[in-house]
Amino acid sequence: MLRFVLTRALSLGLSLVVASLVIFAMIEVIPGDPASFMLGLNAQPETVAALRKELGLDGSLPARYLGWVGGMITGDFGLSYTYRVPVSELVMERLQVSLPLALFALCLSTLIAIPVGLVAAARRGNPADYAIMGATQLGIAVPNFWFAMLLVMVFAVQLRWFSAGGFPGWDAGVWPAMKALTLPAVALALPQASILARVMRSSLLDVLHQDYMRTARAKGLSVAQATRRHALRNALIPVLTIIGLQFSFLLAGAIIIENVFFLPGLGRLIFQAITQRDLVVVESVVMLLVFAVILVTFLVDVAYALVDPRLRRRR
Amino acid sequence: MIRVADLSLSIHSAPILHDVDLSIAPGQVVGLVGESGSGKSMTALALMGLLPRGMTRTGQIWLDDTDLAALDEAAMCNIRGRRISMIFQEPMTALNPVKTIGDQVAEALLIHGRANRNDALRIAAEKLARVGLPQDRFPLDRYPHELSGGQRQRVCIAMAIALHPDLLIADEPTTALDVTTQAQILDLLKELVAEDGMGLLLITHDLAVVAGMADHVAVMRKGEIVEQGDTETLFRTMSHPYTRQLLEASGHVPDGQAIPQDAPLLEVRGAVRDYPLPRTSLFGPAPQFRAVDGVSFTLMKGESLGLVGESGCGKSTLSRAILGLEPLQGGEILLNGTPIAPDMPPARRAGLQVVFQDPYGSFNPRWTVERLVAEPFHLLGSRPHDWRDRVRDALAEVGLDAAAMTRYPHEFSGGQRQRIAIARALILRPELIILDEAVSALDVSIRAGILDLLADLQARHGMGYLFISHDLGVVRSITDRVLVMKAGQIVEDGATDAVFAAPRHAYTQTLINAAPIIPPAWKEAQINEA
Repeated sequence: MLRFVLTRALSLGLSLVVASLVIFAMIEVIPGDPASFMLGLNAQPETVAALRKELGLDGSLPARYLGWVGGMITGDFGLSYTYRVPVSELVMERLQVSLPLALFALCLSTLIAIPVGLVAAARRGNPADYAIMGATQLGIAVPNFWFAMLLVMVFAVQLRWFSAGGFPGWDAGVWPAMKALTLPAVALALPQASILARVMRSSLLDVLHQDYMRTARAKGLSVAQATRRHALRNALIPVLTIIGLQFSFLLAGAIIIENVFFLPGLGRLIFQAITQRDLVVVESVVMLLVFAVILVTFLVDVAYALVDPRLRRRR
Repeated sequence: MIRVADLSLSIHSAPILHDVDLSIAPGQVVGLVGESGSGKSMTALALMGLLPRGMTRTGQIWLDDTDLAALDEAAMCNIRGRRISMIFQEPMTALNPVKTIGDQVAEALLIHGRANRNDALRIAAEKLARVGLPQDRFPLDRYPHELSGGQRQRVCIAMAIALHPDLLIADEPTTALDVTTQAQILDLLKELVAEDGMGLLLITHDLAVVAGMADHVAVMRKGEIVEQGDTETLFRTMSHPYTRQLLEASGHVPDGQAIPQDAPLLEVRGAVRDYPLPRTSLFGPAPQFRAVDGVSFTLMKGESLGLVGESGCGKSTLSRAILGLEPLQGGEILLNGTPIAPDMPPARRAGLQVVFQDPYGSFNPRWTVERLVAEPFHLLGSRPHDWRDRVRDALAEVGLDAAAMTRYPHEFSGGQRQRIAIARALILRPELIILDEAVSALDVSIRAGILDLLADLQARHGMGYLFISHDLGVVRSITDRVLVMKAGQIVEDGATDAVFAAPRHAYTQTLINAAPIIPPAWKEAQINEA
């Protein structure tokens, strides 16, 4: 098991190096020079020269790459050109919203999807199954920003249980902060839960027809016991893959929902940085997201090995 | 003591079982024999109360004084695994891959509240040792994927006998296993019956297996028991024509075999095939596994050559190399003097064709039969203008009429599909056909028909056969010469009759001795009568 984790960690490191090279090269191959790109067509030559100096564009390529990577490792992501503050500060501020929101949405979607998928599989072909399949179809089809607006109209405007948007910050206390994230998390979780419930259902149906389920029944386990003791863990293997993919998406892909609820999240940061041609921020945030995706993949791999002993090679 | 009385089953008014009567006493082995679809497994599932949904059942199943047919699901859960337990055909998939073998055996005790966790694990260790998996080599924390098929079947048996059941049902317990492993598992079952005094219902399609195991035999056909009685008496008298037909089909020898010519067709010289194994270190070279290790033989034109060996011995790897699907790491393979390799021109592939074991998996289900059979024409560059006529002729040769051409594979039975596969192999008139376990999945009567067909085609067209099988009986009945393969090497090579009559290599002797047989004296009665 330790060996498995170490090999996976090594491949994680290698992926990061390759990703950083690709991102660096992409910024470098943008036609013209990053400084004049950032300042636009009408920039004064002196301003461009000053920015070039600030960005350290005078050095050689390898030196600049090492400087960038070295900076990130020590937590120095450079200075945002538009906000004039360190990128690390910007990102940390935004992560305080995006990370809890992504985790919240993921927990919701998993907690809803697994029991729902289980019920649908256990009641296959019964009205409960049809109802669940219909509801998840709808959940996938409905755009989440529309669902978000619906939530705002019902729970914020009519019932006044939640505020319609904004984020008070964690300084205001955990409860108000979580409350502000609830509606966005629900809106994000709905399509994810629908997909996950369908995956759970089909994965469980596959497992229920396996020979070892028959063996379990022959031992004297009831259908419910056999499902709980033998089917669930096997059925979770494909579900884990989807959960991993969903987390990566939720972290950066929540931009529309962030806009609906006026949340200062990572998605909005990168969107603004792109429209304002703030390459320093773009470069760093993209690298950070790549890091998050690779890390999640690593965690999913480790989770696989925990669930499925065939993946840990012993001795 | 278990007694089945007037058991009938039907699904949506289609009858499955009809008035089955059967009883199994403690310490008795009852063999239930029949072909696929005869209702053997349904009888077993009815005893276990595990019938598929939608079945209607009438009749009684008496376990001592309890009618199991009248019990509800909760009461049956209490019987299953404790008083009646069952093992199945496919040991590779019968165990949960994510739980240890210790947990899976202990679960049988825990679920019936017979022990706490520590005791259950201790008893599981005892039971595993009892079935030949001692703790020093097979600790409780092993996972199923770390065991071979035979070892997994032993785990299933340990699980089934954990609570001293009155009856053990074994549904084709050795069909998926090699002949030597089969012999060991059958010995183990016999020993457990003798020592524990439980009854054993042994379900099999193989008459030779019941002949060696059972005290009492019941022969099943289309949901009915057509004949049952004491094993020796039943074999000696064979009063029902169906029983006799089964016996004849199982030992069927096709007549009119072709005479091989004295010209070499396929020459394999020092063939070596290596596979990379998973890496053990990150940067070192991946270790190699030598699946075929310096194999040499020659197959003459019009000859039937058998290749026997147990699973994993390299038979199928060798056949893929002969088909030119995978490269060799040493040696060469020549067909008519020209080399076979993955990059050979398509026209050369037309000279050799193959029929695989699984008549279900080897066809694209969305193609019509005429398209399937005509597929090898692409090796020639384009389909000849009379391709439909040639497909019709090929189907006629395997005994299917032209109406089959526009139908799809799922509309045919297993035996018919195997005929279609032979037609596909035949259409280019190849000189060599590789038959890779081509009749292993078929019932004995269907198998006899296919063997006759193969012999007849050979007599007419004079092609060579390379007959790869783990079934010694089939190889014996159809081949002129036989190769015995073990661990990637050919250990014995000789005329089939001579090898079977006087095997020289110890491994061949083991194989032949392990194969179950019907005592010749029992069969003599049949022959004399005929």
